[in-house]
Amino acid sequence: MVNVSALSDPQPKLVARAVSVYYGGKQALFDIDLDIMSREVTAFIGPSGCGKSTFLRCFNRMNDLIDDCRSTGSMLLDGSDIAGPDVDVVQLRMRIGMVFQKPNPFPKSVYDNVAYGPRLHGMAPTRGDLDEIVETSLRRAGIWDEVKDRVDQPGTSLSGGQQQRLCIARAIAVRPDVLLMDEPCSALDPIATATIEELIDELKSEYTIIIVTHNMQQAARVSQKTAFLNLGRLIEFDETQKIFTNPSEPSTQDYITGRFG
Amino acid sequence: MLLSYLPLLIIALFGAGAFYASRARISAAPQRSLPGLPGHYGWYGTLWTVVPATLVYAAWTIIDDRVIRNVVLSDFPDLSGAAATLLYVSIENAAAGVMTDDVPMASVELLLHLENLSAAARFALVTAVSVLGFFWGWRRIRPELTARDRVETALLVALFIASIIAILTTVGIVLSLVVETFRFFQLVSPFEFFFGLEWSPQIALREDQVAASGAFGAVPVFAGTLLITVIAMLVAGPIGLMSAIYLAEYAHPRVRAVIKPLLEILAGIPTVVYGFFAALVLAPSMRNLGVDLGLTISSESALAAGLIMGIMIIPFVSSLSDDIMTAVPMSLREGSYGLGATASETIKRVILPAATPGIVGGFMLAISRAIGETMIVVMAAGLAANLTANPFEAVTTVTVQIATLLVGDHEFDSEKTMAAFALGLTLFIVTLALNVVALRVVQKYSERYE
Repeated sequence: MVNVSALSDPQPKLVARAVSVYYGGKQALFDIDLDIMSREVTAFIGPSGCGKSTFLRCFNRMNDLIDDCRSTGSMLLDGSDIAGPDVDVVQLRMRIGMVFQKPNPFPKSVYDNVAYGPRLHGMAPTRGDLDEIVETSLRRAGIWDEVKDRVDQPGTSLSGGQQQRLCIARAIAVRPDVLLMDEPCSALDPIATATIEELIDELKSEYTIIIVTHNMQQAARVSQKTAFLNLGRLIEFDETQKIFTNPSEPSTQDYITGRFG
Repeated sequence: MLLSYLPLLIIALFGAGAFYASRARISAAPQRSLPGLPGHYGWYGTLWTVVPATLVYAAWTIIDDRVIRNVVLSDFPDLSGAAATLLYVSIENAAAGVMTDDVPMASVELLLHLENLSAAARFALVTAVSVLGFFWGWRRIRPELTARDRVETALLVALFIASIIAILTTVGIVLSLVVETFRFFQLVSPFEFFFGLEWSPQIALREDQVAASGAFGAVPVFAGTLLITVIAMLVAGPIGLMSAIYLAEYAHPRVRAVIKPLLEILAGIPTVVYGFFAALVLAPSMRNLGVDLGLTISSESALAAGLIMGIMIIPFVSSLSDDIMTAVPMSLREGSYGLGATASETIKRVILPAATPGIVGGFMLAISRAIGETMIVVMAAGLAANLTANPFEAVTTVTVQIATLLVGDHEFDSEKTMAAFALGLTLFIVTLALNVVALRVVQKYSERYE
């Protein structure tokens, strides 16, 4: 039972309707309907292979990069289509940024990593503008104080947690509305994870955030809404508090209490 | 003849026997935790049986010819040098059944006798050493013997010797180049060689011949190599790199699986085939084209050779660059696409910088191949050592000159032949320097992912 209407605000940021995704002949997602609210953190949880990353990657069309992957259904960002063939993917990805499972800074300096997007899109006409964007983004990602003296050093020389925050800074440097995070802490130690979680909490005042996570405590800590997926279907979507204390579906209950997954 | 290879057969048989005997011996010993598997003890026995005997066989075989020669020739104390060699060769021929006149039959019989004696002695000695080695190893096979470590060490030594052989060969080649080059520079001044603008290494066979003195200014030859290499890289660099980008970033895996091997076939075509294609098809049609355009293109031109060579070395650039670009992690591509970059922006700003070391490596390989190429240039660019930057004229290259200098009947101590060594050494130093510089550049400017 998916209770969509009860959660629907007048203005959902992202809307998914009847979204199905196929890898070749194999169907990975089945008719998913979901509304993502603005300036909230929505967590996708579920066992490995349930399709939560696949679903996440539908929002910024990253599945386009996979040769035999195709999808049906409709997806809207602020009411306008993002799934159709005529959508400008470049514009879309500027508005919906992404942070990946493994920190993936480019083999460039810290500065060039953050400046990558703004340079691509011609967002900073002068060097001064670019400096400002880089500094603001690094500040917002909570890493400025740690790297301000070494922005010329390679991004790959930072620690894992710093690299991930650098990637967050890189994503927000193009001023997106939405941040997609695909298990952003799975390659990090507990301290770095705590730092990223705090950061996510701060960022939600400005960005709509969707986070895929294997870690149920993390979902409970950082998110306001939680979607539970299993075997390519959306099982339950509700307030995080309700999912973790009083889920409607027995399989959600089983997953949360660790009986499978 | 049989007697000369019989010792090797004996060694092999004994070695195999030693393996099973040693293994059986340790298996019969009271079992506890052994410092090695039974097989290690077997190999230990084999090593003692085989290695010393083989060394004795090799040493005897190397030495015995000289000893026999000295003994046979000691009957002729007044002969020396070439005369002695001549006599000894005819004695050997007579012994082998080729009858020649004026051969002292006593010496022939002595030679045959000594050869039989040597073979028999070698057989006895090798067998004895093998048997002794076997018993030496046999006595040491006890549970205390650290057979695993010993066998591993023996393996290590064998591998080390193998690697040393390759290095020593290189050193030997370089040394022979250096010695001959030194001798060349005693005849021709280095100044003339390195700065002289005229190359015509014709040495007169008779005093009264024209062009009696050769000119050994190597500048035109090296300029020719440079010109042809530059033309070849102008062809292979862009085409190779662009096809690598297409294969690595755009092509569907099935398309790539077809195109990549097809491209690599280019490197497998014999260069002489490229050569006659250049000489018989490309060069004449370029000359005709030149006529139409009002240009003078000689029928043997640097352009024809360079173009064909460029086609030949495309795979060196494309294949290596493609491998390197494919190895750039997908996560970097996704990071770039996720920020709204297009495919070409991702290639330009992320993939190529990350793949630069490998791409430069591919270019270096292609350049070395172009510099070392001989056959195409002989057939398509000619032999005339013109000092020119005009690609429509005939030029010659270092390798072509080396080949022509050493082909045919020459004395090996004339300037002409020794000039080949000087050219070879210079070429070697130039390519080595190129490689070192490229390696440095790559290390300094590469963007390293992980």
